[in-house]
Amino acid sequence: MTETELLLWVRGPALQIATVIFLLGIVVRLAGILMLGRKKNLAEARGSAVAGGLRTILTRFIPDSGTLQRSTFNVVAGYIFHIGLFITILLFAPHILLIEDVFGVSWPALPTPVVDATTVVTIIALLAVLVHRLRHPVMRFLSGFQDYLVWLVTILPLVTGYLAFHRVGIASPPTLIAIHILSVELLMVVFPFTKLMHTFSLFMARYYNGAIAGYKGVNS
Amino acid sequence: MSKHETLGEALRRQGITRRGFLKFCAATASMMALPPSMVPAIAAALEKAMRPSVIWLSFQECTGCTESLTRSHSPTVEGLIFDTISLDYHHTLQAASGAAAEAAREAAMEENYGKYILVVDGSIPVGNPGYSTIAGISNKPMLLDTAKGAAAIVSVGTCAAYGGIPKANPNPTGAVAVSDLIKDKPIINVPGCPPIPVVITGVLAHFLTFGSIPELDALGRPKAYYGQSIHDRCYRRPFYDKGLFANTFDDEGAKKGWCLYKLGCKGPTTYNACATTKWNEGTSFPIEAGHPCLGCSEPDFWDGGGFYRALSMPTEDITRAAVYAVGAGAAAGVALGAMNRAKKARAVKTHEKVTINDLEKVADDD
Repeated sequence: MTETELLLWVRGPALQIATVIFLLGIVVRLAGILMLGRKKNLAEARGSAVAGGLRTILTRFIPDSGTLQRSTFNVVAGYIFHIGLFITILLFAPHILLIEDVFGVSWPALPTPVVDATTVVTIIALLAVLVHRLRHPVMRFLSGFQDYLVWLVTILPLVTGYLAFHRVGIASPPTLIAIHILSVELLMVVFPFTKLMHTFSLFMARYYNGAIAGYKGVNS
Repeated sequence: MSKHETLGEALRRQGITRRGFLKFCAATASMMALPPSMVPAIAAALEKAMRPSVIWLSFQECTGCTESLTRSHSPTVEGLIFDTISLDYHHTLQAASGAAAEAAREAAMEENYGKYILVVDGSIPVGNPGYSTIAGISNKPMLLDTAKGAAAIVSVGTCAAYGGIPKANPNPTGAVAVSDLIKDKPIINVPGCPPIPVVITGVLAHFLTFGSIPELDALGRPKAYYGQSIHDRCYRRPFYDKGLFANTFDDEGAKKGWCLYKLGCKGPTTYNACATTKWNEGTSFPIEAGHPCLGCSEPDFWDGGGFYRALSMPTEDITRAAVYAVGAGAAAGVALGAMNRAKKARAVKTHEKVTINDLEKVADDD
């Protein structure tokens, strides 16, 4: 397989396979959660469940002050790499072009030097998070294989993307791009079957908590 | 032209001034990324260089490489440097034909055995020897035979360097590059479709000056000319960095000269000197003319997933795959959910309530 053939394969058939596993897996899991259903609440409503649910989806973006004080590092580093991932994935021009090609929607990109710098910050934050996980006795005790796997498949696209963008001379540029796309495809395949599902399930969980509180007429 | 006059003599005879010659030497030095102190050395070496014998073999090619080198620089020093090498065989340019032409090639090979430069343009078919023949000799034996006595081989154009268009899928002639057949000679790849004229004269000047081949990259190209990507040296690069792109060939962005990445520009993966030396005596290069780079100096550029598709775009229909996946996922998810609900309902139905008496009974049994 030449490097051109490799690049064509990862941009074509491999991307198709990864997309099918990614979307099929996500939809199956979300449908499974939604179909669990909820018991009918016989108590009289004291507020709007929907309003409470929607409000909580937003309010939980702000870290709770107690949590912030107890685990400042986790909150700060967590925010940095999540925002970093958002910027690098969704606001880099070539990525937007891919999304536009598949879904027909697009939006303005950030200047590439900004995305570039964000990538570096995000990689550093993810490395710090790993070091923290390994050094903190409780976190290390709670961590299993999946936690490290999820960390690896998240940082790989950032590192390979950085190498591809700067065409670092360890491989030819088309090979670097192919490796980057492959690393994203690995992430997509692993995604539905791991904790990475929180990307979607987190909003359902927030809504659920908020809706229970809203129905009772209390703040969540 | 005498075969034994030096390059300097030949240039003076053709009316090239010392100033013009030194300007060429200075340009060559800067192109090869050599310090200015090297200019006199280049000049001295070129002055004294005996016109080297060059045998030019054309195989499966379109003559575009020859056109590029001979037509675009008619009266310049580069053109004359080319005239003043002893081009002993080039079946497009030479007057002789047939047996007389082949005799000239054989004579040059014999006279300069081990010293001549072999220039090849075009790929070599290994499928059927009849696909491409010259004077009844098929390409592969002619190349192998001529390469034996060559000091170095210059593969001019992407076809000779990497197989090029003849090798494009499905490669009906079984075309291969020179480097696929010759393993025991130094080969300099000068790819491009066609290559930039000054790049080949630069490579020849390097050979004449230093008697060695220039430093090459992993794809066998001189680093002096192929060391940087089109993207890194592109004058439209600031627009890429700002996220300003032309979406079509005639929209506002195109008129303002914004980046052509979205229109399929292969600048980021293409290494060549177009953005710096430019074409037609430094006039412009394709991106300046409003067309994305095709990546013609890279292997398999013809099969890279479409000239007008951006590098980050998929090469297969992902949308349809996504729709099918979501549909199948929804169906499977609902089916699994229904099974879970049925299981739960069965569990509820068969559930026997435990009373305090049952627990007491268990306690008594113990």
